[in-house]
Order: sequence, then C-alpha cells, then structure tokens
Amino acid sequence: MKKIYLDHAATTPIDERVKEVMLETLNTFGNPSSIHGFGQDARNTIEQSRKTIADFLGAKPSEIIFTSGGSESDNLAIKGVVDSFCRAEGGRRKVDGITPHIITSQFEHHAVLNTVKELEKKGMIEASYIKPTAEGIIEVKDIVSEIRENTVLVSIMYVNNEIGTVQPIREIGKEIAKINDGRNPNYPKILFHTDAVQAAEYFFMKVDYLMADLLTMTAHKIYGLKGTGLLYVRQGTKILSEITGGEQEFKKRAGTENTVGIAAFAKAVELITLEQKDAERDNTIKSLVLSNESKRLIVLRDYFVKNILTNISDTELNGDELFRSPANVNISFLNAEGESILLNLDMLGIAASSGSACTSGALEPSHVLLSIGKPHAKAHGSIRFTFGRETTKEDIDKVLKVLPGIIEKLRAMAPKLN
Amino acid sequence: MQYTKEVMDHFGNPRNVGEMKDADGIGEVGNIKCGDVMHIYIKVGRRKIKDSRLKIKDEEYIEDIKFQTLGCAAAIAASSMMTELARGKSLEEAENISRDDINDSLGKLPAQKYHCSILSAEGIRSAIADYKRKLKP
Repeated sequence: MKKIYLDHAATTPIDERVKEVMLETLNTFGNPSSIHGFGQDARNTIEQSRKTIADFLGAKPSEIIFTSGGSESDNLAIKGVVDSFCRAEGGRRKVDGITPHIITSQFEHHAVLNTVKELEKKGMIEASYIKPTAEGIIEVKDIVSEIRENTVLVSIMYVNNEIGTVQPIREIGKEIAKINDGRNPNYPKILFHTDAVQAAEYFFMKVDYLMADLLTMTAHKIYGLKGTGLLYVRQGTKILSEITGGEQEFKKRAGTENTVGIAAFAKAVELITLEQKDAERDNTIKSLVLSNESKRLIVLRDYFVKNILTNISDTELNGDELFRSPANVNISFLNAEGESILLNLDMLGIAASSGSACTSGALEPSHVLLSIGKPHAKAHGSIRFTFGRETTKEDIDKVLKVLPGIIEKLRAMAPKLN
Repeated sequence: MQYTKEVMDHFGNPRNVGEMKDADGIGEVGNIKCGDVMHIYIKVGRRKIKDSRLKIKDEEYIEDIKFQTLGCAAAIAASSMMTELARGKSLEEAENISRDDINDSLGKLPAQKYHCSILSAEGIRSAIADYKRKLKP
C-alpha cells in the first residue's frame, strides 16, 4: 500500500540530494575550531554553507547564527533581546521601573508563545498578545496600538503553521521602522522578530524586504536534517547568548558546530534557490514566490479544498482562502473528531494532523483555531493536510476518494447534537 | 498514540452503536468543549432470579444497550467496551462497572486517555439514573 504523507508542516523527508551532501560531509569530522587541517576543512564547509544561506536571506554571513532548530532560535531571539536589555539596565530583573514589553500574537508557535508567557510569569517582561482576524491574519494597526514606551520587541510569525495564513511582515516592519524613527530617544528601539519556519519554502525571505531584525529558520521543514536551525540577527542588534561556553557562532551560541547538519541545511536552501530561479512574485500576495512548485501546489490545494467543501457536508476551511501557504489545507468536519479521522486515514496509509485536543494530549484544542474564533466543536473536528514535493494529484485523489466514507462512518456513530 | 489491539479492535469495529428510539433510560455525558460526547441508551428488562436464600425474586437488568459517541479512538473504544460489559448485567452490577474494569478490558489506555474510561463508566450510571428518575411517579 503506497503511503501518502501529507504532514509536511510537521516535518519533511530529507531530500535525496541533501542525503548525498550529508554522506560526503560525514567524513569532515574535525572540530571547526581546531587549527589543524581536519578542523579547517570542517570550518570551510561551515562557512561556505553560511554564505549560501546568507545569500538566500540577503544577509551578511556574520548575521547568521546556527542553532539546534526553530525552538532554540525563537528562544535565543526573545530571551536574548530581553537579557541584553535588562543587562543594559543593570541586571536581569527590572531596574528603575523599566520592565521590557513584548508584543506577539495569540497564534504563534508555542516556541514563541510559551517563551513569552514564561518571561511574563517570572515578572521579567510585560506582554501583549494580538488577536488575529477570523481569517487568521494579524493586522498592523493592532500591533501599533499596543506599542508602549517600554516595548523592546515585536515577534510575529511569517506563515502560521496550523492554518497556513500569511502575515503582513513587511508592512509590520515598515511601521516599526517609522515608529522607531520618530521615537523618543529615551525609549528603547523596538526590534522586530519573525518566526519564518513555515515560510522559507514558498515565500520571499530577503531580510531587507521583510524589514526584520531577527528571523528564525529551521532545516527540517525544508527537506533538511532535524536538529539544525538558524537565527538571523541584523548587524547592530543586541542579543545576549543563551547557550554560553565557547566562542562559536560569533559568541552568540556556544557548542561544537554540527557540520553535517549545517551542510545539509545549505543544500536544502540551495534547492529552494534553484526552484525559485527567475520566478516572479504574486501580484496580490506580494510575499509569495510563484515558483513552478508554488503554482503546482496552489492548483492541487484549491482543487482539494473545493472537492471536500462540495462533497462533504458541514465542512469549512480554516484561515483565509487566498493569503495562505500553497501547501496548507485546514478543514473542520463537524460531528467528527480529529484523532478518529486521523487514525482512519492512517489505516489507509495517509498521514495528516489535527487541531483536536485528543491529539495534543491537552484538554484544550488548537490555540490557533480558538484564537480565530472557532468554537471548540470545530476545532476538535479539524484536520490539517500539508503538501510537499512528492505530493501528486493521484495522492490527492486517493484521499478525496476515502475521506467522505470516513467522515460518514464517524458521523453515523456520533450523537445528533444541536 | 500507543493503543492496544483491543482498543483498535473496538475503535475499528465498535459494538452496539446506534440510537434507541424507545429507550428506558438515556445517559448523556461529556461535552463538546472537551471533545468527547457520549449518549448511552438502555432497555431495562425483568427476569426471575434466586436470591441468597434461594427465594425467587424479580431483577431488573440491561436487556439492550446502545451508544453514540463523538470523540477520539479511546472514547469510542471505551464506550463500545462498556456496552459489552453492561449488556445482560443487573442494574446494580451495571452501575458498579468501574473505570478500571473498562480500562483493564481494553488492555489499558494510554495515561492521557484514562479519562475516556471514566466518562464511559459515568455514561452507564447516568443512563440507569435516568431510568430510575423516569420510574418515579
């Protein structure tokens, strides 16, 4: 039975070309900090990889800090900024009544959300959590209205991982730059971080376009190896390292570098650059890169969505229809529960994910779906399908064939609720 | 999710699914906010049994039982298993079906799904309580 993997937002298979690079690099085992040839070989591999990725982001190599993944990068961005600010003010706790303030969104990935909440609980920061619209978009004006004299950081994700909606990152960046320009010199400069983990594959990632000071990327969402990520830190942006020790990564992140992972990361990025060569950007969704792959998936995505909404009753798409990732489909099926749907799909070799509480182990369903105003019933019955390089129309058609039967079977078992 | 084969069996082939139009008692437990909702329908029958002193007396028992569940695999499996355990039992025995009876029969649910066995035990008790309430003049 052919397996159909439709959970690319969770993770991606390692591309064969990335595997080749990894195999080659396994023998480059030296410690990149060593003076001898073994070390320098590793050092060269890393610096070449860094340059490749820096070019992709339109950044300088010295602005790229390699980490163990998206979560670590998000932690470094947020805590690094807060710690740097507090240290400047004389200590790790607030001094002279200045508690730094952070603005983020209610539907951020938990790596950002829980990090901010922890700092808030510890009394180290004040925080504002912007509510998205019902379509899953953060509005610039809502961020602006929360900016205070003690705001030090705005952190908004580029593409939401659950509903795939695209945020107006450049517009937010522009507003923040404007506010910083006219800001009272006694107030701290407002830094702008974006978690771009889900955006890298299909959206424009040049940091000057995005006007971001900090940006998170991870390899395992773009057909690279798990355990490798990066934080882009614009020159002049002050952050303190969170992992202290040696002087690796420009003294921003201690630890012997993961040469293989970094080389794999660069290859994964190279594949995107190749795919996006000569591609135009979309006229409406300005940050979307219309590579052949984007276009191919948009067709599959829209076909899939239309088919489900038409052929299965009581279904709805979660998140804006247009301003979303080419790869993301998130649909609520009323009167059917997420885990049950997923297990039935899994029995047929189809892999997807859900916003149901039962799949998270918590009692609350997806905080993303709740933040856009979905009632619990719809959140519990939501399924996320995310497409990728290997996804074919045949795959989609197979899912479309079996899905109605699964939903019908589960609905027949359920009580008729009002 | 690490489900036992008993759970997957009851999830894939649930026993006693359906509605009972003329149920003697209906239990409705759970709520959509948590994500699990169970409706339990029972038909109460009467039979003659010998008590401890060998006297013949009447006993009420679960003559028929059906369930409808909106929920995860553990919830569906727990409902199904509970109905199997309850069928044919006296009302008193059925009321005493514990969460552990259900959980053990399923070869143990994963820890975070244990509450589904609690819910299904509540379900049968709720249906019986409903039946008793209806009996009162």
